[in-house]
Amino acid sequence: MTDSSVVSITAVSKSFGRGTAAIRVLEDVSVEIGRREFFTLLGPSGCGKTTLLRLIAGFETADQGRIAIEGQDVTQTPPYHRPVNTVFQSYALFPHLTVEQNVGFALEEQRLPADKIRTRVGEALEMVRMQSFARRRPAELSGGQQQRVALARALAPRPKVLLLDEPLSALDLKLRKEMQIELKLLQAEAGITFLFVTHDQEEALTLSDRVAVMQGGRILQIGAPHDIYEAPTHRFVADFIGDINLIEAEALPGNTLQLAGGATLSVPHDARGKVTLAIRPERARIAAAGAGHLQARVVHTAYLGTALLHKLALADGGTFLLRQSNLDASPLAMGSSVGVSLPAENLRVLVQ
Amino acid sequence: MTDRPALRRLGLLTPALATIAVLIGVPLALMFWISLLQKGDSGGVDWASAPSLGNYIRLVWEEDFDGTMIVNTSYLIILLRSVLQAAVTTGLCLLFGLPVALWMAGLSRGQREIMLLLITIPFWTNLLVRNYAWLIILREDGWLSQLVNSLSPVGPVQLLYNDLAVAIGLTYSFLPFMILPLYTVFEKFDWRLLEAAHDLGAPRRRALRRVVIPIAMPGIAAGSLLVFIPCLGAFVTPALLGGGKTLMLGNVIQMQFAASRNWPFGAALSVVLLALMLVVMVAMAIWRNRRVK
Amino acid sequence: MNIRRFPMTRGISLLVLTYLYVPVVVLVGYSFNANRTATVWSHVSLDWYGRILVNPSIQAAAKNSLVLALCAATAATAIALLAALATSQAFPRRRAVEAVLNMPLILPEIVVAVATLMLFVALGVQLGLGAMILAHTAFCIPFAYLPIRARLEGMNQSYGEAAQDLYANRFRSFRRVTLPLLWPGIMAGFTLAFVTSLDDFLTSFFLSGPGTTTLPVYIFSSIKAGITPEINAISTVMLVISVLLVSLSFILGRLRR
Repeated sequence: MTDSSVVSITAVSKSFGRGTAAIRVLEDVSVEIGRREFFTLLGPSGCGKTTLLRLIAGFETADQGRIAIEGQDVTQTPPYHRPVNTVFQSYALFPHLTVEQNVGFALEEQRLPADKIRTRVGEALEMVRMQSFARRRPAELSGGQQQRVALARALAPRPKVLLLDEPLSALDLKLRKEMQIELKLLQAEAGITFLFVTHDQEEALTLSDRVAVMQGGRILQIGAPHDIYEAPTHRFVADFIGDINLIEAEALPGNTLQLAGGATLSVPHDARGKVTLAIRPERARIAAAGAGHLQARVVHTAYLGTALLHKLALADGGTFLLRQSNLDASPLAMGSSVGVSLPAENLRVLVQ
Repeated sequence: MTDRPALRRLGLLTPALATIAVLIGVPLALMFWISLLQKGDSGGVDWASAPSLGNYIRLVWEEDFDGTMIVNTSYLIILLRSVLQAAVTTGLCLLFGLPVALWMAGLSRGQREIMLLLITIPFWTNLLVRNYAWLIILREDGWLSQLVNSLSPVGPVQLLYNDLAVAIGLTYSFLPFMILPLYTVFEKFDWRLLEAAHDLGAPRRRALRRVVIPIAMPGIAAGSLLVFIPCLGAFVTPALLGGGKTLMLGNVIQMQFAASRNWPFGAALSVVLLALMLVVMVAMAIWRNRRVK
Repeated sequence: MNIRRFPMTRGISLLVLTYLYVPVVVLVGYSFNANRTATVWSHVSLDWYGRILVNPSIQAAAKNSLVLALCAATAATAIALLAALATSQAFPRRRAVEAVLNMPLILPEIVVAVATLMLFVALGVQLGLGAMILAHTAFCIPFAYLPIRARLEGMNQSYGEAAQDLYANRFRSFRRVTLPLLWPGIMAGFTLAFVTSLDDFLTSFFLSGPGTTTLPVYIFSSIKAGITPEINAISTVMLVISVLLVSLSFILGRLRR
C-alpha cells in the first residue's frame, strides 16, 4: 500500500493554556501516513483530531515531538512554507476574490508565470467541474459549490498532502453522500495523500484506506476500516464505531469463557479474570428459547427495510441488540422468550 | 510560529496607547498638580508656589475683610445647578425616550431601520449648529416666542436665557444617547413575557410597570449615564441658551481660562467635575453588581 | 390587540421627531431668507451662500477645518487600525486596553481640552493648527477604532490561516486578504473620525492660536457678535457635510461582509 511515509509524526504533545489551567489536547501521538493514502482521523469532538491536523498545517506549534513531511522536519516551519494545503471546515473562501482568483491565490504566491497560473486554475476547476463558475464570487455559490471551489483551491498548488477538516459537515445528507464518492474519485485522479478529519464513523469507514481512532488526545487504534470494525482492540473503539453488544465474562484457563448466566464458550484467548466480550448485532443469531448462550425477552422490533433490529432484554437485566437480515427473519412476538447464540468466530475479547 | 504574539501585540498597541497616554493621561495628571498650585501674577501658573488645597477651599469658603473665613455659596450654587440641570435633562430624556424606544421596537424591520437613522442623524451633526438652531427659535423675535406671547395671559414671556431653555437644548443634544440603549433592550425583548403578564391578570399599564420597565432597567441605567455625564460638563448649550445668570460648571471652567485667567482654580473645578462623574459611575457600577447578585 | 403597541407611544414618538427636526428645518429655511434680520422672513434668496463663498475669514476657517480633520482623521485611523488588529484576538487584560482606547468618549471634553491647553503652554508648544491636530488625533481614535474593530469581529479568522496555508507570509496575507476585507471598515472609521474632528468646537476653541480659527470656532464667535443669516448658511453647509459623511460611513460599514 505505501512505499514510504509522506507524513511522519513522532511523539507529539500539545497543551493549550498555561499553568494549572492548561489542557492537554494531544498526548504522545505518533503516526506514519503513506503515499497516496486516504487516511482518516476519527473521534468525538475534543479528541484532538483537529489539533493534530492544524499542527501538520502549521497553524499550531507542537510542545514536544517532531513532524516531518517527505522526510523534511517541518516542526518549526510556518504554514506558508509547508507543502500541504487545507480544505477548511468553513471553506474560508476569500469573499473579495472570484472563484478563479481564489483558486489561483497560492499559485500567485508561488510566483508562477501568468499563463501557467491560468492553465493550472483551469485544470483544478475542471477537476471539480466548476469551470463555468470561474468569474463568480463565493457568496453567489451554493454550499456544495463552495465546497468544490475550496477543494480546487487546495489542490491547485499540488500539495504533498491535502488536509481536510470535516469538509462535509456543513452539507445536507444527500449532498454529503455525493461528495464522499467525488472525494474518493478526486483522490485517485490527483494521486496525492489525503488526511481527513471527521467525527462521522460511517464517513470514515466509507472513504478511508486507513483510520486512526482518537480519544482524549491519544490514538487508540490504527487500521483498515475492516479491522477497526471487525477487530476493535479497545472498548472505546468498539463502542464508537457502529452498534455493538458488550458482555461481561470471566476468562478461565483452557480457552474457555464463562458468561454471567453460567453458559460457557470456547474462544481462543490469553486473558485472565474479568474480560469484556464484544459482538456486532448482525453477528449474533436467534436460537430457540432455552438454547444458545444467552436467554432474553423481545422488547421491541424495529423494521429497517433491509433488516430487522431486535431489542432484547437479557435475563441479568442488560440490553442486547440483534440485527437480522430481512431474508431469514422470522417474526418475533413482543414479549416472547428467545435464546441468543454467539458464534465464537464473531466474538472479540477486549481487555478493558 | 517563531515570532512571539505578545511582542507583536505590544508593537501594534503602542502607538494608540502612547497617544492616549501623552495627550490625555499626562494632561490630566498635570491638571491635578496645577489644581494644587497658585496662579501667577499675570495669570497662568506660579510653578514655584507651595502645593495646597487652597483652590478647593475657595469653592466653599472665602476670606472676609477681617481675615475670617465665611461660606461663599456662589460656586456651590453653580455646582448644584449643574447637577440638577443634568438630572432634569436625564429625566426628560427618559420621559420622552422610553416611549420612543418602545414604539420603535414594535415597528417592522424596515421602519425600525429608518427610525434608527432618523434618531442618529442629529447626533452626528454639529452640536454648536444644533444649539444655534434653538437660539433662533427661542429668540424674542422668533416665531415660537411670538406665538407663546400672543397666547400668554400674563404678558410677554422670555423663552431664552433661562434654565428651561438650557434644559430644552441639553435634552435636544443628548436624547439619542437615551433612546439607543433603550431600543437595544426592547429590540431583544421577549414579547411572550407581556402575554404572560396579561394572562396573569395584569392590564396594559400594570404590565408595563411590573414587567417591561424592570427588564429594561439595564438600558435605562446605561442611557441615564450616557446623558447625565456629558450634561455635567456641558459648555455650548448653557453658553448659547443660558445667558449670564444660568451658568453651569463648564462655563465657569472656561471663564478661568479666558477673562479671569486663574488656571489653578480652573484646574480645581475640572478635578471636581471629574470627581462628580466618577462618583456617578462608581454608584452605577455598584448598583449593577448588586443587581447581578 | 397588538401586544407590541402601547398607547400614546406613537403620539410621543411623532412629537419627539418633530422636536428633533423642526430646529433643523428652521435653521436651513432661514439660510435662504433674503432679509438681513435672521428671524424675519421676506423672500427666497441664495445671497448668504454667495457671501460666505467670498468671505475671506470663512475661507481661511474652512481651510483650517479641512486640513485639521484630514490630518487628525488620517493619524487616528492609522493608529486605530494597528490597535484593532491587536485587540481582535483575546489576550489577558484586553478589556482594560479597550477601556483605555475608548477613554476619550467618556471624559468630559472641556476637562481634556483645558488640561491639554495647560500641558501645551507648560511645554511651550505653539497653539494653533499643530496643537489642534495632536489633540484631535487623540479624541478621534475611538471613533476610528470602533468601526474597524466591528469589521474585524465579523471577519472569519480562518481567512488569515487560509492565506498562510496557500503560501502567503504574514505580510502578504495582510495585504492580499485582511486589508481588502477590512477596507470598508477602515473607510467607515476614517469618515467618522473626519466628521468628529470637523464638527469639534471645544478643543479647537481652547487650542486655536491667532489666525488658525476653525469653522465651528468662527461660528461661535459670530453668534456671540450677533445673529446673521450668514451663520445659518455656514451652519447649513456644515450640517449637509456631516449628514453626507455619516451616511457614507454607515453604507461602508454595512458593505458585503
